[in-house]
Amino acid sequence: MLQLSNIHKTFYPNTPDEREALVDINQSLKPGDFVSIIGSNGAGKSTLLNTLAGTIIPDEGDVWVDGKNVTTFPEQKRASMIGRVFQDPMSGTAPRMTIEENMMISLGRTKKRSLFKGINKQVKQDFQSHLARLEIGLENRLNTKVGLLSGGERQALSLLMATFTEPKILLLDEHTAALDPSKEELILKLTRDLVEQHQLTTVMVTHQMEQAIDFGNKLWMMDEGKIIFEAEGEGKSELTVADLLQNFQNLRGKNMASDKALLV
Amino acid sequence: MISSLYGAMESGLIYAIMALGVYISFRLLDFPDLTVDGSFVTGGAVTSIMILNGTDPFIATLAGAIAGFFAGCITGLLHTKGKINPLLAGILMMIALYSVNLRIMGQPNIPLLNETTIFSTILGWWNAWNLESIFMAPFQWLGIATFAPRSFYALMTLLIVIIIVKKLLDFFLRTEAGITLRATGDNQKMVRSFSANTSLYIIIGMGVSNMLVAFSGAMLVQHNGFADINLGVGMIIIGLASVIIGEVLFGKDKIVRMTLAIVLGAIVYRLIYLLALRVDFLEASDMKLITALIVVVALVFPNWLNQSNGKKQFKKSKARRKANEQKGEVDLASTK
Repeated sequence: MLQLSNIHKTFYPNTPDEREALVDINQSLKPGDFVSIIGSNGAGKSTLLNTLAGTIIPDEGDVWVDGKNVTTFPEQKRASMIGRVFQDPMSGTAPRMTIEENMMISLGRTKKRSLFKGINKQVKQDFQSHLARLEIGLENRLNTKVGLLSGGERQALSLLMATFTEPKILLLDEHTAALDPSKEELILKLTRDLVEQHQLTTVMVTHQMEQAIDFGNKLWMMDEGKIIFEAEGEGKSELTVADLLQNFQNLRGKNMASDKALLV
Repeated sequence: MISSLYGAMESGLIYAIMALGVYISFRLLDFPDLTVDGSFVTGGAVTSIMILNGTDPFIATLAGAIAGFFAGCITGLLHTKGKINPLLAGILMMIALYSVNLRIMGQPNIPLLNETTIFSTILGWWNAWNLESIFMAPFQWLGIATFAPRSFYALMTLLIVIIIVKKLLDFFLRTEAGITLRATGDNQKMVRSFSANTSLYIIIGMGVSNMLVAFSGAMLVQHNGFADINLGVGMIIIGLASVIIGEVLFGKDKIVRMTLAIVLGAIVYRLIYLLALRVDFLEASDMKLITALIVVVALVFPNWLNQSNGKKQFKKSKARRKANEQKGEVDLASTK
């Protein structure tokens, strides 16, 4: 479903600030795979995710989605195949527009936007049944401005909007990092439900090792632009946080740099 | 006074078309667009030169509007593809259009008094069907004929035009493309992540915005009976004033109500203008200053109002909570 071959990305090349963000990434995901990526700050997690989304074009290498080479596709063209949820709950929705209008925009991912009135009874009912699955009462507030919702509600809506049109790949960029613990739990539960329901191939970046262990059938640990540790299937489900930390130390000969990564 | 009141209504309705255009760029796309000063004249220039050359006035007006559409698209292109700051892109287009407009017109001023304009054509139909007497009848019947305008034809024409423009715009802004256009001004990152080409939406949106502005200019030159190269100076501020006055006085969340509010805002602006001209120590040339002051007041005042209102509401809700608590205690006591 997703294939990364030979990806390289260097920021500020040939300057004192030169930094290798991605070094020779070769990976592939099968349909339905769910990979969690962990790593400390600056390890290249976000760069990798942005390379998939198309906001960063790699210096070298190719990105294949569903058998198509999308390396040169601009962000919006790729987005027809890729759903994204951002870290900031404010990023994924348009605040001055109503819930149904926001849903309508996400519906436009898969089909061309027309000069006709898109929102009709049928579409509304459809939206309502999707929103009802979030179980936070948004289905009765179709005409509420999204700006009036709380951060958790907005993130739940973003998650729904990114998933219900069934993209080939779902990218989650630390999508619970800005929420308080109770809301975080809600979003994680919704993530699990929605991914399962739509059978989505998912790439999730997280700071929390526990989350990475809990979620998905694959785990990649990144450092200095490389994937330094991989686990899959049974090997992954038996992992513990201590194992991960030990692994990191063995592989790199140092402690994991970020305090945030230790917040488990 | 009475006839100038109707005159203010008429020009208010013409400026309302322009204000709707400014609303698209300024509010919906979050793009403070100074192209308006130039494209307003472009609409008037294209229309008047075509009328002068004997083109049908309706076609000439349409051509003027289309010219504005392209001007707006270029501003959008400068911003999205050329990565020029929106304000600067607008200023560049405004300056460039000044020369373009002079080229189109060939002279700084074109009189249209004896030409066939939309208004003179409609006046012909109006008189042929004797519609004036129908509109005058209620005034005469009530014995207030002196309060009637000299003629209803211009007012009625503009009223119909503005209703059509408003309805079309309402429809467009609620289509799938229209919703995406509005979201582009709200959260570009999100719109792109749902596979919409935001650059295209900005370019088209700026085109539509300036098309309305140019259409307004085309109507104004025909209403005034002349086109002038300096007609557009300060037009953006008039547009902003209309948008802000409309929002403050009549604004509501729904898009249908917003467009109505802006039309009314443009008319209110013209009435304020009329009153300001009546004040003895003010001259017509002071109007730009007054317009600027209106915009400043309209921008600053609502903030103050919100703050004091917020405090007032807080006190109210505090009092209400206290009252509820006391009531709760009484209830508790009674149940005991």
